[in-house]
Amino acid sequence: MDKFSTHTGVGVPLRRSNVDTDQIIPAVYLKRVTRTGFEDGLFAAWRNDPDFVLNNPAYAQGSVLVAGPDFGTGSSREHAVWALQNYGFQVVISSRFADIFRGNSGKSGLLAAQVDEKVVQRLWDHLEADPGTTVTVDLESRTVTAGEGEDRIEDSFDIDDYTRWRLLEGLDDIGITLGHDADIAAYEADRPSWKPTTQPA
Amino acid sequence: MGKTLAEKVWDEHVVRSTQGEPDLLYIDLHLIHEVTSPQAFDGLRLAGRKVRRPDLTLATEDHNVPTVDWDKPIADPVSRTQVETLRRNAEEFGIRLHPLGDVEQGIVHVVGPQLGLTQPGMTIVCGDSHTSTHGAFGAIAFGIGTSEVEHVLATQTLPQARPRTMAVTVNGSLPEGVTAKDLILTLISRTGTGGGQGYIVEYRGQAIEELSMEARMTICNMSIEWGAKAGLIAPDQTTFDYIDGRAEAPKGADWESAVAHWRTLVTDPDAEFDKEIVLDASEVTPFVTWGTNPGQGVPLAGSVPAPEDFEEPGDRVACEKALTYMGLEAGTPMREVKVDTVFIGSCTNGRIEDLRAAAEIIQGRQVDPDTRLLVVPGSVRVRLQAEEEGLDVIFKEAGAEWRGAGCSMCLGMNPDTLSPGERSASTSNRNFEGRQGKGGRTHLVSVPVAAATAVRGTLSSPADL
Repeated sequence: MDKFSTHTGVGVPLRRSNVDTDQIIPAVYLKRVTRTGFEDGLFAAWRNDPDFVLNNPAYAQGSVLVAGPDFGTGSSREHAVWALQNYGFQVVISSRFADIFRGNSGKSGLLAAQVDEKVVQRLWDHLEADPGTTVTVDLESRTVTAGEGEDRIEDSFDIDDYTRWRLLEGLDDIGITLGHDADIAAYEADRPSWKPTTQPA
Repeated sequence: MGKTLAEKVWDEHVVRSTQGEPDLLYIDLHLIHEVTSPQAFDGLRLAGRKVRRPDLTLATEDHNVPTVDWDKPIADPVSRTQVETLRRNAEEFGIRLHPLGDVEQGIVHVVGPQLGLTQPGMTIVCGDSHTSTHGAFGAIAFGIGTSEVEHVLATQTLPQARPRTMAVTVNGSLPEGVTAKDLILTLISRTGTGGGQGYIVEYRGQAIEELSMEARMTICNMSIEWGAKAGLIAPDQTTFDYIDGRAEAPKGADWESAVAHWRTLVTDPDAEFDKEIVLDASEVTPFVTWGTNPGQGVPLAGSVPAPEDFEEPGDRVACEKALTYMGLEAGTPMREVKVDTVFIGSCTNGRIEDLRAAAEIIQGRQVDPDTRLLVVPGSVRVRLQAEEEGLDVIFKEAGAEWRGAGCSMCLGMNPDTLSPGERSASTSNRNFEGRQGKGGRTHLVSVPVAAATAVRGTLSSPADL
């Protein structure tokens, strides 16, 4: 995984709450066996609407998505994270993320930055008033900034310490866990014998 | 201070706990299917890693498999490649697989409990959000993404931050004809889709204790629909009786040891939850959704709401968008909503008790001529049991389609989909836009409501027949 420290990119205002992962990428796109090529499925149904935000050329190169509360609910499909990344998004900002989506983001290197609902509103207003304007997300200082002068938006975002550390260092989670192999082996040695197995002993 | 059930199960699985890091949790059972695993196996191959515990891993084919002609090669080449990829991976890494055509094939969350692999006090994960189903046995069970699937394959553990705990206490008894599905839909409509976010929820109280194991699975299954990390129910005699004698259940002395331990898996009287919700079961009525998320529901006796019925501006906008998508007018009585297709099945309501309940209502009646009824058993075992009881004949004589096992129209990955604008009453778990097919409109309902709706052609309860 690449290290993530700070990112500045075009902000995309997605004025929707409850954006479930079926909207981010419909099930028909999940049949591929790769981690790439999912960008065509991103928001597939909504992209048929000419008024959908990503169909506005000013936002088409967006890399910071700003969405309403309960983003990423529903299906556990990590394809939702891949689709966002394959399209070019590096950050999603929302006032509340579904647990599994947030977990998947952290594993794949997509930054899920949780901010106050008022910050989402201000970012939406700012990005709509000036389409194509950028948002900066600094993981080191946990701040999100946009705009200049009197209209400048600067606020903090939440992300758990462990995920932040892993993203900053670009660390492979599995590698970290395999470093605790002795602990795992010790635990296994003490598991009750009546616990089920899927294969004959 | 005592511990909650969730805390007990959690603590029993902590491999390693360090300040400032998530707990490293041991996983007792890892369930796998064709859609969310291929990239995980690729990751293992790339890194030269193996599966640590193939003997704690089970694979089945369910999400994209056809429910007709299942004895022939899968017609859709992309689906076929995905299924064949799972078969190759299972073979290469030594994982037990129940493929299409096998008697144990079916929806992963129906298969686990049916085999007796799902037991109290376990940790169970799967690359599928409805893994919460297994919580009905007093297990901590939750859905994970593909990177986590790879993590569990390689290490049999997962780093997990300890969630908060919540109790949902359901006092009293459910009225006659009101089901676990109505109860969970009622709860979700009150909490919203994010109300359980960050919590492991324990469902308890008289109404929960009175439920069968299969009804408890329906409740826990939909925990994810209100955002909960997991949902569980304390194991009791109902649980032990359900497991006893199943293929992978403990036998002999092992059974005695297991049950002795399982009996300790209850929330201590002096344990404290971070939050509690109390419901009165006697007030629950048949409940249906009108919108595009599982929290947008009303009693069947109610009407389609109007945007101005909601206080929050966000909810008003969401209502407006949902009504447009669903093609509904505010104020329309739910009972007047005409339905094109009824789907009975899924990991929420595709078990034998569900099919029996549906058949009881359908028996001696005909499906409305303008309505299609699709009955999809959750597993091959469920299908065979239903056929032994003659339920298939009841469905077919009523004009329904009797299918093979799989996820089917719950998510429309296989050919079982709605057409644009087509309206369904579905016993599944999600009414998201396009969930059952692009442009399809879904109303989530209980099994009795689904069966009665198939007969009348409009959203109905058996009392309307």
